Amino acid sequence: MSLGPAEVVKIAHLARLAIREQDVPAYARNLSAILELVAQMNAADTAGVAPMAHPLDMVQRLRADEVAEPDQRARFQAIAPRVEAGLYLVPKVIE
Amino acid sequence: MHDKTIAGLSAGLAAGEFSSEEATRAFLERIERFNPGLNAFITVTGEAALAQARAADQRRRRGEAGPLTGVPIAQKDIFCTDGVRTSCGSRMLDRFIAPYDATVVEKLNAAGAVMLGKTNMDEFAMGSSNETSFYGPVRNPWDLDAVPGGSSGGSAAAVAARLAPGATGTDTGGSIRQPAALCGITGIKPTYGRVSRWGMIAYASSLDQGGPMARTAEDCALLLGAMAGFDPRDSTSVDRPVPDYLAALDRPLDGLKIGLPEEYFGEGLDGEVGRVVDAAIAEYRKLGADLIEVSLPNSQLAIPAYYVIAPAECSSNLARFDGVRYGHRCENPKDLLDLYTRSRGEGFGAEVKRRILVGTFALSAGYYDAYYLKAQQIRRLISDDFRRAFERVDVIAGPTSPTVAFALGEKADDPITMYLSDIYTIAVNLAGLPGLSLPVGFVGQRPVGLQLIGDYFAEDRLLNVAHRYQQATDWHARAPGAFA
Repeated sequence: MSLGPAEVVKIAHLARLAIREQDVPAYARNLSAILELVAQMNAADTAGVAPMAHPLDMVQRLRADEVAEPDQRARFQAIAPRVEAGLYLVPKVIE
Repeated sequence: MHDKTIAGLSAGLAAGEFSSEEATRAFLERIERFNPGLNAFITVTGEAALAQARAADQRRRRGEAGPLTGVPIAQKDIFCTDGVRTSCGSRMLDRFIAPYDATVVEKLNAAGAVMLGKTNMDEFAMGSSNETSFYGPVRNPWDLDAVPGGSSGGSAAAVAARLAPGATGTDTGGSIRQPAALCGITGIKPTYGRVSRWGMIAYASSLDQGGPMARTAEDCALLLGAMAGFDPRDSTSVDRPVPDYLAALDRPLDGLKIGLPEEYFGEGLDGEVGRVVDAAIAEYRKLGADLIEVSLPNSQLAIPAYYVIAPAECSSNLARFDGVRYGHRCENPKDLLDLYTRSRGEGFGAEVKRRILVGTFALSAGYYDAYYLKAQQIRRLISDDFRRAFERVDVIAGPTSPTVAFALGEKADDPITMYLSDIYTIAVNLAGLPGLSLPVGFVGQRPVGLQLIGDYFAEDRLLNVAHRYQQATDWHARAPGAFA
């Protein structure tokens, strides 16, 4: 599978990733080469093979529904780019 | 002082030959002197290290010291350290001061280890040469024109150059074992779930695992004993007792069955590396091991499957870096979409972007079955290969990397060639097994690593098998000339 510039732009949008226009052809080339490498998977017959999502056969652990974390909002917001009155600031979303 | 192993430092501290403060100062001086040339550390925490060292000395005077109390170590800059910059090798986190300690950091602090600083790494652990770091490449202490391997290249170079006797690393596709091999040190990637991932910045969550890097298997045993264990804060942490890794080290190897996978000795393996690995295996025969040929027939599928699974997980994990809550934010965003895309576009380097894009594509509508599901099925085939092999053998041995350290810049512009340097390590992550690399010789002046792969939770056996070799040989004791 090879990807063209238009597809790279579309994927970059899906990933919310700004890519400079002049870099698009290089990404198209590199991503196509990676997908070519990945295509070697098609040589394997995997009919009926159960997919393995995780290396260990384990079930998701559950815990009691109790408060386990203290409030650390002020601490965590101290490293935020922009906050005000305990809120994270972003550009206006709704006109 | 600087040539002592962790075990040696531990013994010296216990005997009162020197204090932790003296040892810490000695390593800090080494870092000051040699780090400008090596670039192994991103952040050096000298003042905090001396404070920790003095606290360790007091603890020892109170009779409360353990084996790691007062021993200086380095932390890979992927582990969150409370109050200290945790960059993950990325511009995205260049000004990120972690608000808490990773479990691994917490455990090593609790053991009394002294943190010298945070080591350089490939950006978000994506790389095999340490060249994708925002902070510039690390140089290999054995040959300054060569890469140290990656992604834990700073940890490997720091240990090899005697700037720290041990360090932490993380391994998603070989990132502990490959740099350990290329820098001539010992490193172990434990079984998935053995070491907590809490506070360890995620790359590919079903593959990532932290582990120790040091000069000897004995030192790795000391560090792993402190790092491993159940952590309720990591939902994939395994609730299983941690064995006494030191106690198992001296077990004789008589009758040990070592499997040699034919796929690890064929095309693609550098001939001279192959001869060094063959000599190491011959040494194991002398130590009483039986050599048995095994086959891992799906080995060649590991890299293709990995470059679906790891990017897919990374595209999801790195979605959290949005310029809103922490990390890099672009100047003057015109709207929310611009804030997201430009903050991410500016914050991430080229290799990270490539993997996010590959992962986003593989998970996008219409492609899931052809890529992600197919890769997960191959993951099962690879895991089954190992399961069958371990019905016949105790450990599997082979080269860690197909070549010795390559030149800086040699593969930097060609992602595919770079990916192939993890050809022998990636399958181990896909299966979730433990793997260890130990130094077994040189090609020219560049070190060669032997990889030992064990069954699930057989870290004690791997450390034992590596330790016995190190009792019989001295490759692990060699120091790069400029740093001896």
